[in-house]
Amino acid sequence: MAYHGRVLLLALDTSAGASAALVSLSPRSSSSPGASQSPAGPEPPGHAEPVGPQVLAAEQTPATTAHAEWLVPAAQRVLAASEVAAEEITGVVVGVGPGPFTGLRVGLAAAHGLALGWRVPVHGVCSLDALALRTVESTTVRGEFLVATDARRREVYWAEYVTDDDGSRLIQGPFVSSPAELPDLPAVGAGVGLYPEVLQLAEQAPAEAAEWTPHAAELGCLAASALSGDLFGVLCEPRPLYLRESDAQVPAQMRKAG
Amino acid sequence: MSAYTTGPSTPASVETAVSAAGEPLVLGIETSCDETGIGIVRGRQLLAHEVASSMEEHVRFGGVIPEIAARAHVEAFGPTLQRALDTAEVDLHDLDAIAVTAGPGLAGALMVGLSAAKGLAMALNKPLYGVNHLVAHVAVGILETARPGDRENPIGSGHPKQESTGLQTNTGLQMNPGPQANTGPHGLPGQTVLPENTGALLVSGGHTEILRIGSLTHDVELIGSTIDDAAGEAYDKTARLLGLGYPGGPKIDAAAAQGDPAAFRFPRGLTMPKFEGSAANPGKHRHNWSFSGLKTAVARAAEQFEAAGKPVPTADIAASFQEAVVDVLTSKAVRACRERGLEHLLLGGGVAANRRLREVLATRCAEAGITLVVPPVSLCTDNGAMVAALGAQLVAAGESPSSLAIPASSSLPPSTIQVEEPRAQGHAGETSPVDTGAGTGCGVQHHLT
Repeated sequence: MAYHGRVLLLALDTSAGASAALVSLSPRSSSSPGASQSPAGPEPPGHAEPVGPQVLAAEQTPATTAHAEWLVPAAQRVLAASEVAAEEITGVVVGVGPGPFTGLRVGLAAAHGLALGWRVPVHGVCSLDALALRTVESTTVRGEFLVATDARRREVYWAEYVTDDDGSRLIQGPFVSSPAELPDLPAVGAGVGLYPEVLQLAEQAPAEAAEWTPHAAELGCLAASALSGDLFGVLCEPRPLYLRESDAQVPAQMRKAG
Repeated sequence: MSAYTTGPSTPASVETAVSAAGEPLVLGIETSCDETGIGIVRGRQLLAHEVASSMEEHVRFGGVIPEIAARAHVEAFGPTLQRALDTAEVDLHDLDAIAVTAGPGLAGALMVGLSAAKGLAMALNKPLYGVNHLVAHVAVGILETARPGDRENPIGSGHPKQESTGLQTNTGLQMNPGPQANTGPHGLPGQTVLPENTGALLVSGGHTEILRIGSLTHDVELIGSTIDDAAGEAYDKTARLLGLGYPGGPKIDAAAAQGDPAAFRFPRGLTMPKFEGSAANPGKHRHNWSFSGLKTAVARAAEQFEAAGKPVPTADIAASFQEAVVDVLTSKAVRACRERGLEHLLLGGGVAANRRLREVLATRCAEAGITLVVPPVSLCTDNGAMVAALGAQLVAAGESPSSLAIPASSSLPPSTIQVEEPRAQGHAGETSPVDTGAGTGCGVQHHLT
């Protein structure tokens, strides 16, 4: 399903804080930055490295209690700042979590509303993948590592990834678990900062990696690469990844009657 | 919400959409409790009315579980919207505005509809109207819903709550939206606006209010409300107590049909003189209701039989309970209308489906010279058409659209017809991602995160 034209994605994530980003990926044939508007010339010999996804504009908030108010205005600001016309957008990307339910749904609902209005597809990406990408791109962490974020109730959302000579990929997850139950591997993400006694920050990662939360910009980049055929197994159904059932209890009276 | 595609609009449907002149074409989105409602109106003309209910998923809990309701909204939104667009034969781009319930209701449920509505409004570049759920229940009364001879069940397949598997929907409009559909006004005959002296009695699993409606767009006043349980909530809790199942309204009504309504004298809450005062010198709760004591009285009555080892006379208790609810609801509502000079009364909310309530209210309104209006049951329960109807009134009145930064407001008062502005900075409000479920206008059973 690789696109042949320019991929231009509005990405949203509300799995922890909230974020919005506009990501562009130009076709391989027009490989110099900013050349997407000009006719594609032949690739210069020896210039084999294609230009990766570019973040045209991005915003985020650490606030966890105002997603429904913050998100769509932020998406409007991101669109305005990136100076592209809404008609050029080829798809919407949304972080499907895992994350606290109510906030998570805000991103999903807004993404679907936008995609319906623009008549473009909406793509889901696991929100934890954002931190895996950040680890691979901004640190020297190698081998297997964990991404862990806050799942509340003394638990973390987590997944295990590996980055080696063959590239980077998901090993297992996402799951929700008590932090003590995770594999004994170096980790990044806000879960590490919350449970430093059981989770160990990856040595090659900066101290702030213990506070990391997903960002829509990274999810947009992952989706752009997937849509252009460079990445596989990244896109998923744009439906919330709750990992927990609603924990409502059937009242005693109903059990008796039933 | 995953299974949809939006194809290109067909020229034919666009022509249909623009054939009626001048009236705003408005999409209405309702997700305040357990119904995902999508409606489309052109002015006062109902074009589509689709509801997906998660009611079946709540049955085993005996009440609405906020988290389950919110999850269901996410899944149902896209398909329900698509059905409404197909039924109305309009394209999203033809819309003049998008109206959405901003409150009151369950915070987490409200946020699904509100966020989807904001996304649509941004992408379509259409104005957003965040409206009051309670006022929308009244606004539905001015819709022209039927062609002649279609009065009893003018739209859809009637009452979606009575279906029995999974996410239930009605089947949409069974008519061609065309000029002939305009000839049979249903709600208030011949009215383009509500009459000046209109009251509204709203009774559901989350609400029990009597309102004075001066104007749907400018003047709504709360006259009285329940101070504890909503009437529908009392039905649900009592049905649970008696082992009758959920939802309580139809279950109790069915059981009551075999019972003696005078077998037990259950309390009429807040009817003592110290609460009511007089017309000239009204007490604090003259126009308010209380149903929590009634529920307790039912429990005591049932326990007496159980303790004595006798079978609980379920039918008599159900009939007597229903009589107490209906008596105090209707007597206070009709008196409030009389004392406030309200000559018209509109009944709304899910409990409007209750046979006994309609019967007694009709009798008492007739005695008091009050015109009673009861919209079709499928428009009394929560739906998107009522939201669209109110949105169309706001558009026609030239009201400014809402900001895309408005919050979901779980305890929005009825006097706030439209939420226009974002919260003040730094104000800790009702939009926490943690559902409180408290006072939110839904028959809620559990406190969930």
